[in-house]
Amino acid sequence: MTILARIGFWLLVIVIAVFALFPFYYAIISSFRSGSALFSVAYLPESFDLSNYFAVFERQPFGWNILNSIIVSGCVVAISLALGITAAYAFGRIAFRGRSLLLMTILAVSMFPQVAVLSGMFELIRAFGLYNTLPGLILANLMLTLPFTVWVLTTFMRELPKEIEEAAFVDGATPWIVVRRVFLPLMAPAAVTTGLLAFIVSWNEFLFALTFTLTNERRTVPPAIALMSGSTAYELPWGTIMAGSVIVTIPIIALVLVFQRKIVAGLTAGAVKG
Amino acid sequence: MIMSGAVAEAEIPVRTTARGKRSSLTRSRIRAAWAFIAPSLIVLALIAGWPLLRTIWFSFTDANLNDLSDYKIIGFENYLAKYDDEWFGVLTEPDWWRSVWNTVWFTLVSVSIETMLGIVVALILNAAFPGRGLMRAIILIPWAIPTIVSAKMWNWMLHDQFGVINDMLLRIGLIAAPITWTANPDTALWTAVMVDVWKHTSFMALLILAALQMLPQDIYEAAKVDGVSPVRVFFRVTLPLIKPALLVAVIFRSLDALRVFDLIYVLTSNSKDTASMSVYARQQLVDFQEVGLGSAASTLIFLIIALLVVITLAAGRVRLGEDPR
Amino acid sequence: MSRLIASFAAAAGILASTSAFAVEISISCSALGKEYEICKQGVDAWAQRTGNTVKIVSTPNSATERLALYQQLLAAGAGDIDVFQIDVVWTGTLGNHLLDLTSKAQNIIGDHLPAMVETSRVDGKLMAVPWFADAGLLYYRKDLLDKYKRPVPQTWADLTETARLVQEGERKEGRNEFWGYTWQGRAYEGLTTNALEWIASNNGGTIVDEKGEVTIENPKAIEALKTATGWVGTITPEGVLNYTEEEARGVFQAGNALFMRNWPYAWALAQGPDSTIKDKVGIAPLPKGGADGRHAGTLGGQLLAVSKYSKNAAAATDLVLYLTSESEQKRRAVQGSFNPTIVTLYGDADIAKANPFIGDLVDVFSNAVARPATVTGQNYNKVSTEFFNAVHQALSKRAEPAQALNRLDRDLKRIKRNGWQ
Repeated sequence: MTILARIGFWLLVIVIAVFALFPFYYAIISSFRSGSALFSVAYLPESFDLSNYFAVFERQPFGWNILNSIIVSGCVVAISLALGITAAYAFGRIAFRGRSLLLMTILAVSMFPQVAVLSGMFELIRAFGLYNTLPGLILANLMLTLPFTVWVLTTFMRELPKEIEEAAFVDGATPWIVVRRVFLPLMAPAAVTTGLLAFIVSWNEFLFALTFTLTNERRTVPPAIALMSGSTAYELPWGTIMAGSVIVTIPIIALVLVFQRKIVAGLTAGAVKG
Repeated sequence: MIMSGAVAEAEIPVRTTARGKRSSLTRSRIRAAWAFIAPSLIVLALIAGWPLLRTIWFSFTDANLNDLSDYKIIGFENYLAKYDDEWFGVLTEPDWWRSVWNTVWFTLVSVSIETMLGIVVALILNAAFPGRGLMRAIILIPWAIPTIVSAKMWNWMLHDQFGVINDMLLRIGLIAAPITWTANPDTALWTAVMVDVWKHTSFMALLILAALQMLPQDIYEAAKVDGVSPVRVFFRVTLPLIKPALLVAVIFRSLDALRVFDLIYVLTSNSKDTASMSVYARQQLVDFQEVGLGSAASTLIFLIIALLVVITLAAGRVRLGEDPR
Repeated sequence: MSRLIASFAAAAGILASTSAFAVEISISCSALGKEYEICKQGVDAWAQRTGNTVKIVSTPNSATERLALYQQLLAAGAGDIDVFQIDVVWTGTLGNHLLDLTSKAQNIIGDHLPAMVETSRVDGKLMAVPWFADAGLLYYRKDLLDKYKRPVPQTWADLTETARLVQEGERKEGRNEFWGYTWQGRAYEGLTTNALEWIASNNGGTIVDEKGEVTIENPKAIEALKTATGWVGTITPEGVLNYTEEEARGVFQAGNALFMRNWPYAWALAQGPDSTIKDKVGIAPLPKGGADGRHAGTLGGQLLAVSKYSKNAAAATDLVLYLTSESEQKRRAVQGSFNPTIVTLYGDADIAKANPFIGDLVDVFSNAVARPATVTGQNYNKVSTEFFNAVHQALSKRAEPAQALNRLDRDLKRIKRNGWQ
């Protein structure tokens, strides 16, 4: 039974890993190929031709684009989490009138299609004088991540047992201290997960990034990839695009590997409760 | 629970003094609540207020991208209007209703699959096994590739003549002739679902994993001692406990799926047979420059999504004002 | 110190020679890659001559994303980009935000291909200047036509017959993935260009005629659409219903198709050093609808326009006139194979040396059929979207061609309700 269960388990792991990884693997293979070779199927890399990777950096300030993406996504995550955790504490732990209405209002922000919001956001960014700047992008992306962060964190906040904070309040701690000392450590898995997801949302954002920046040095990664072209507008430089995509995935993998411990590390709610 | 009961009992003798203290505590906590929420609200109002109100406002005008300053208010004509015995407006467009149906179908199917698959993946990731950290990174890779790229990548891989997917299936012998995945409207939406599942299952899985990680361990130990089968533990204990987090994950995934644009646009372009609501709205707003009509469509999308969210919340018996347990 | 004085003097000299303040002009003329290099050399030459500086704003490769970005900038009245590279069918859409160049360009405009000039006009006013031209071409495999002793097809019926024959023959030899003809059938602007070629070559009109009447529902158009519908699944893979230019080229470039409809760009790639079909490819005008039909490749290409919101309109206009001038178009043709819009350049020996088939193209361009963008103006995108969706419905056999065009006729008349503008 255990042997069979174990084989089944690993089979499942492998199937999921292959499904998740195969397109990425194919992207890596494609990034080593160029020209007509891209119109045929290959399962193994035929050669390690890195010219597509050099081309990505030669033709545009791709290093800057990656850095911009890191700055924008990093700031978006930091702001979203800071605002989200405090708001989630209030929504999740304190009963006050209008709470449901406010939560629904925040959610409503996520109910408009992005393209409908684009024009208004464009005017707003220009009015603030933030056109073609990173802060403009950060502000715009907050609209995509903040409702999500607040909601998810509120849900997790609510799940924590009631006794946790009562002891602290009896000791005369202020709500702010309770949030920082008691909830922050307990919320670590949820916060890291939410932060990671918010990071990726911001990292992948294309429409705002394209519209609110003008110069190549200010662009983030997704529009930078969309700018890649062959010798004419029709030709799709597939190898270069794949090389760019592989490069931009690496920071995310690194981030997950670094933070994944935190997803599990923080939590022993049971211990506090007991 | 037992502990809080004990606290309540102990409080009885000193009730009168405690009540005075508690209400001032409550007042100060409510003040703190507003202070904590205010920054988020201000930021959201600042960045989202204008764009959203502007969209709703324009939906009642005949604004055109040609000259945005020159428009007049036309009431509900963008939604529904009658000229010369003929009905006009978004609500009378068969294309619009087709896109609504496409989107709702796409959302139902893809979010259901993602939820089930997400739970499975989360349970796997929750188990202790060597390489768990790596596996967490692996399942996030699909999400880490920007959609504009991954959708194109799939388009390439799904090409009927030189795509790797058909080649693979032909080699394995699962199919006899190449499948035209994206060209045929019947299979195109299923293909979109498959790519969406590939991309977004990790979102579900990660949120569910976080919920699993936040569960108190003692419940499991108790179940273990009692010798309850793991499947029963999952359905009787785990699932009810992670339900709130699961529901939030489902809601946000549905919000995204209901607004799906890039994926469908890259896979099938402007085809009416597969257009989603956002594709329709974009076409009006950008391709046709009809800011008024496009805003009306966007507002309708908002209303449809709001309705579906309310239904979901009601069905999930979520009370937003619920107190911590 | 003396160096400082010298640089002052030099600066003063530049100022004097341009007799105006040096300004910075932003131009959107490329995504990145080779197109960028060639544009850069052109604008740098102008910058050096006039003492102004030019900044190139890269815009996305995909036409839809590019148009959306332009619209966003222009609708907000932003002057961040002075000179726009626009597609031939965008003039009407963007015209309201562009500067009228009629008087500035009146001396040179007569040198350009008349069809290209027509696409630059809105209500008779010249809103852009043609930069380079494109038109649909028929690519064929010389070696295979020789092998089966078939001539280059002159009519669509010839093409169908030859494609069927060669496809059968090749498949008998075990090449199961071989197809007769690939083209662009995805529900996007490219399908409009393809379908317009079938219909116009069969004398079925151009969807909307130059007077603005909807003409699409006619027997010739239905016949042309029927022919095309017959290709799908027989000589053309069913997947063509989601092919754009590159997917179609992929099949042809891999050596798996006899004929391909594509733009001139595919030529250089088919002849590239790593190409499996190098020296086996020929190009010809697209076939006629029948004996009394005509060769009709849809006209494509790009124009340069000046934004109405430009703060340096005079300098921007000068840049446009420089970039579209004969010498610059010649340089671009030689170095980047961009097809000139100035008619006399098609007889140029240097260009002919770089692009041996340029002489053939002049016929293609002068017979090219323009999409009804000028007459439908603002509404062109709606017309095109209805058109390619109707054609797509017919091709995917969800509607009979006659039925699809009948519905299209009704829908177009509904859009036209209050006239096109």
